Amino acid sequence: MDKLMKEYAGRLPKMVLESIEDYIGKKGGMSQIKLKKILDNTVEEYKNAKIHPGESVGIISAESIGEPGTQMTLNTFHFAGVAEMNVTLGLPRIIEILDGRKKLQTPAMEIYLKAPYSKGKGIKEFALSLKETKLSDVALEFSISLVESEIEIKLDKEKMKSLGLTNFQVINNVKKQLKGFNIKDNKDSILLKSRSKEESLNEIYKAKEKIKDIHVRGVKGIDQILPVKRGEEYIIVTSGSNLADVLQLDGIDTYRTTTNNIFQIQEVLGIEASRQSIIDEVFKVIENQGFNVDIRHIMLVADTMSVSGTVKGITRYGVVSEKASALARASFETPIKHIINAALVGEVDQLNSVVENVMLNQAVPIGTGVPDLIMKHGNSEDNKK
Amino acid sequence: MAEKKDKTEAAKTGEMAEKKIEGEVEATEEKVSEKKEAEEKLVEGTKEAEVEVEGEKAEIVPESEEKAEEKDEEKPEEKKEEVMEQETHIYKQVKSIVFSVLSSKLIKDMATAKIVTPELYDKEGYPVDGGLMDIRLGVIDPGLRCKTCGSKLKECIGHFGYIELARPIIHVKFVNVILTLLKSTCRDCARILIPKNKIIKFEEILEAAEKEKGLEGRREKIKDGISALKTINKCPHCKARQKKIVLDKPTTFIEDDKRLSPIEIRTRLEKIPDDDILLFGLATPYVRPEWMVLTLLPIPPVTMRPSITLESGERSEDDLTHKLGDIVRINQRLFENINAGAPEIIVEDLWDLLQYHITTYFDNAIAQLPPARHRSGQPLKTLTERIKSKEGRIRHNLAGKRTNFCARTVISPDPMLDLNEVGVPDVIAMKLTVPERVNAWNMDYLKKFVEKGPQVYPGANYIVRPDGKKKKITDETKEASLEEIQPGYTVERHLMDGDVAIFNRQPSLHRMSMMCHRIRVLPGKTLRLNPGVCHPYNADFDGDEMNLHIPQTEEARAEAEILMEVQTQLISLRYGLSIIGCVQDAISGNYLLTKNMVLTRNDAIDLLASVGVEDFSRLPRKEQISGKEVFSVLIPEDFNFTGKTRENDEVAIKNGELVEGYMDRGNLGEGSGLLLRNIHKKYGKNFTIDLLGKIFRLGIEVLLKTGFTCAVSDTDLPENASLKVREILNNADKEVGKLISQYKDNKLEPFPGKTLEESIELKILEILNNARNETGEIVAKYADKNSHTMIMAQSGARGNLLNLAQMAACVGQQAMRGKRIEKGFEGRTLSAFKKNDLSTSARGFISEKFKTGLTPTEFFFGAMTGRDSLMDTALRTPKSGYLYRRLANALQDLKVEYDGSVRDASNKIIQFEYGEDGIDVSKSEKGFINVKRIIKSVG
Repeated sequence: MDKLMKEYAGRLPKMVLESIEDYIGKKGGMSQIKLKKILDNTVEEYKNAKIHPGESVGIISAESIGEPGTQMTLNTFHFAGVAEMNVTLGLPRIIEILDGRKKLQTPAMEIYLKAPYSKGKGIKEFALSLKETKLSDVALEFSISLVESEIEIKLDKEKMKSLGLTNFQVINNVKKQLKGFNIKDNKDSILLKSRSKEESLNEIYKAKEKIKDIHVRGVKGIDQILPVKRGEEYIIVTSGSNLADVLQLDGIDTYRTTTNNIFQIQEVLGIEASRQSIIDEVFKVIENQGFNVDIRHIMLVADTMSVSGTVKGITRYGVVSEKASALARASFETPIKHIINAALVGEVDQLNSVVENVMLNQAVPIGTGVPDLIMKHGNSEDNKK
Repeated sequence: MAEKKDKTEAAKTGEMAEKKIEGEVEATEEKVSEKKEAEEKLVEGTKEAEVEVEGEKAEIVPESEEKAEEKDEEKPEEKKEEVMEQETHIYKQVKSIVFSVLSSKLIKDMATAKIVTPELYDKEGYPVDGGLMDIRLGVIDPGLRCKTCGSKLKECIGHFGYIELARPIIHVKFVNVILTLLKSTCRDCARILIPKNKIIKFEEILEAAEKEKGLEGRREKIKDGISALKTINKCPHCKARQKKIVLDKPTTFIEDDKRLSPIEIRTRLEKIPDDDILLFGLATPYVRPEWMVLTLLPIPPVTMRPSITLESGERSEDDLTHKLGDIVRINQRLFENINAGAPEIIVEDLWDLLQYHITTYFDNAIAQLPPARHRSGQPLKTLTERIKSKEGRIRHNLAGKRTNFCARTVISPDPMLDLNEVGVPDVIAMKLTVPERVNAWNMDYLKKFVEKGPQVYPGANYIVRPDGKKKKITDETKEASLEEIQPGYTVERHLMDGDVAIFNRQPSLHRMSMMCHRIRVLPGKTLRLNPGVCHPYNADFDGDEMNLHIPQTEEARAEAEILMEVQTQLISLRYGLSIIGCVQDAISGNYLLTKNMVLTRNDAIDLLASVGVEDFSRLPRKEQISGKEVFSVLIPEDFNFTGKTRENDEVAIKNGELVEGYMDRGNLGEGSGLLLRNIHKKYGKNFTIDLLGKIFRLGIEVLLKTGFTCAVSDTDLPENASLKVREILNNADKEVGKLISQYKDNKLEPFPGKTLEESIELKILEILNNARNETGEIVAKYADKNSHTMIMAQSGARGNLLNLAQMAACVGQQAMRGKRIEKGFEGRTLSAFKKNDLSTSARGFISEKFKTGLTPTEFFFGAMTGRDSLMDTALRTPKSGYLYRRLANALQDLKVEYDGSVRDASNKIIQFEYGEDGIDVSKSEKGFINVKRIIKSVG
């Protein structure tokens, strides 16, 4: 049976073959002849279901995503979810993804965990250790003594305890990230004294602001954490995202941990991963809104966004600016800029995309506009004329 | 109109030919005279097209065209026997378009007249020679002939002129390029400020920059590179010391506090060698830096700036003419002053003024300059404004097309039409026409139309002679026309039943928004359609209007029929399921019929006959017939299907018999269930659309026979149920009260990662939601299952249980942005409440039901959320519209190639196989190949 299946491997998509295998497995075997007939019929159906050459799949995809867009909500909330993070949903999220924005409205991660944590053991502590803590989070007060030109940081001992931080750790972090100060530990507070003798007041104030942002603990960019039970296992959802650093941590299932930030995925895992991430994210939103859009349409959009090797948004700076035709670019946005630049380099518009031909009242090279009639031009008699 | 098309085409082709670029000029057989004409057009065309080539003025279609067209249509009705212009077809194809900057020589060469005076007309109102309306530049007055090409109004597309500027003027649109050029080249020897040995290496860097950031990035990089090389102060070629140049926006260049005059700039730019220009990303044959400083200004043809004659006989000139008038006037003054040897200050002032006028002539929205205005204070619309934005030339006139032979009115439903029909009012049918060519076999048939004329219904409005001359049919000309007709003529006859038309409703968001329908001429004043096709159009009948287009050529008709007819669009290409299905009454009707209705044989036959079934042999031969059996008559005998209803009951069709289950929206509705999809797969589109029409009508006929209505009493609940609802709501209120007191005593445990306030809100929300859901369940349990409101909800025809619960039990929490209502006064929502009141009623929980009515505060909360959702819709539409436009623009030229890959216009591969398996969604079943069905069919 497997042999027969393999024979058809090149003729049918993997998914179809797998589902046949699945189905037969459930039925518990089948005769060779019957299986062959099934496979042959499937091949026939597959051939009939294939897309025609010339089909303007781009427009179809654009329509399929754009049309439900008009019915999506603008609201970004996550209703009645008691233990969930607030994430951008609906149209704003789709726009965000397709724009190729680097700064997201609600960056979020789903961190999957390895054995002890994934069963819920010590997950709270582990989660807490991820959360970014800044010095200002554990400090009660920052005060400047003008006479000594010192900065005194009063520490919030209780908070530090709940986070499991010691003075030593805090001071170590301050030392690493702030140069030019002498640090003294006064148990309840830290004293910072400038090493350079003639420190102006202005600069001390500046230093004070800088100190507030000193990263004491956790992963940079992770603002909030929430351990959640997903099915059988525990995972951590976060608001704020930093894929590169999180993947370096111990106890994390690096295969399944993801973020909703496509650019972080591109940096860490590469363009193919970010393409998949675009597909997943867009599909998630559309599904969540209760719409039915085939994945192929989203795939095509994701592919156009990532063909160049980096993720490009569907904007005049991204995908559209890559077009070969000056007229096509001009018909989108900022026409003057495009026409002038085209004139400066003596651009030649070959008129092989759609808009230019619409402008010139010619057949568009798509669908029924693709085929050309090739024929011998005239016989000898015509030539004589 | 066809003629005009030719002209623009000719214009483009002309440009090609002259520029010696692979322009294919394929003139089909024409008479000699016509050929001459065409050639003359080509010459004119060159000039037209080159404006576009110039880069700052894309005037292709003269503005007069629109006006001219209107006249075109009116005339034949005024004059009785107006012979229309000849239709001459010149088939040519533009292969490519080259963009470049106009050189002074080219400006002079393409000009037909030198403009020397700002005056427009003489005392008699005749255009002045050498004025801006010079008739060598084309004609816009009827009766006059163009001095250049000799043709009349509408034939002459206009010709360029030029003026000689007294002093050179900087072109605003090139200021940034000029700045880079000046900064990066030596002020003495004009070489680029990069040592010879480093140029090659530099080039690579530039290529990389261009790839990443485009041309601007490249020029930016040159600047950066030069400052990095520290050659900015000293020329590496001639060792001359360099000075710092800054741009004082918009058009003044300052070198070390001294102003650089355009003359000086031009001489410097002239000296830059061709090789160095290439480094800047400028291509030499198409552009020379000195062309960016104008010495000659091309004057666009009058046809693109026509004047309007007001009723008072006064002439009102176009904005461009006004602006050009200013330029010519100041230019003349400048000439005179220079010749008279006026002091330098006066000359400089005039020079600046000229610069201002020319700058605003190109772009009247430059930040640093006050816009040039009309006397009324309204800013002039000059060249840039003409091209730009949605109303500009490109998006409005070039990418947007208009048509004749179309109609638009209000739509109304008519379920007695087939799904692929459209009911057209007879008034419209007599205005719109279909051209039919006369031949020996249909001559008598077509003559009948001519005989009836334009006033009697199946008549004709025009006959077209073989040479393209159009003749209107009137009572007087009828006889003559009848005599005249012979094979080769075309008769434009009225619309008749069965003609094809394209039907459309805006916004046309997907291709199902424009489908081809068969015409059905009906009395009345509205366009009629089967309510089944409302869904793809997203239409309803609250005053919606739709458009109808009549294809005029065989090719168009064929494409419409084969590619666009309703039955070809049955399966959505978005998700691979039927997009057309039963709606509303059709669903509840079929639901009632197939659930448990029993009819007498007579009634059953009656019902089927009214649907259009004539063969009753499949009805069981007994007196009492069940609804399922009636429904089964429509299903083909060899059809098998199993599926689920909305309530997850089995549905089974065996050998064309509905043996189990009933029909509801899950199977008959659009976008759900595989029933319609499987029928389509097995029996094809034409059968499906016919069947769908019958099922639709069956549903409606059932309701017609049994009666169907809603009543307030549908929402009545038994006494004990009402009490239960009250109890649930009271309990919820108490629970919330407890929570609040806990919160106030600081005893509440917050959720991890949430503040106390957020936590209590979430908890309250959960309680209230549960309470509402419980009331909903009570309604579902106690409400009369046989009430028509319930039937609608159960069948999925309209409404859902929630709607019913809101009417019968409790409206529920009004939420804004996922939270309870909190805005309004300080600390409270309305002045009717105390401050910091967190109780249910003070934060937008409506415990009343719609039937008994809302309290004033509740009503206000309802209004708040209502307004919020209105705002949401208003804000969403433009956002999603823009997203859609961007998507469409980015993806429009992707197509599947013959090798199965998806490529864009420049043949770049986007996908190796479409969707990774090459399956067309509209030919799949919900995106898949239905393996289950195939296996079953094998057995």
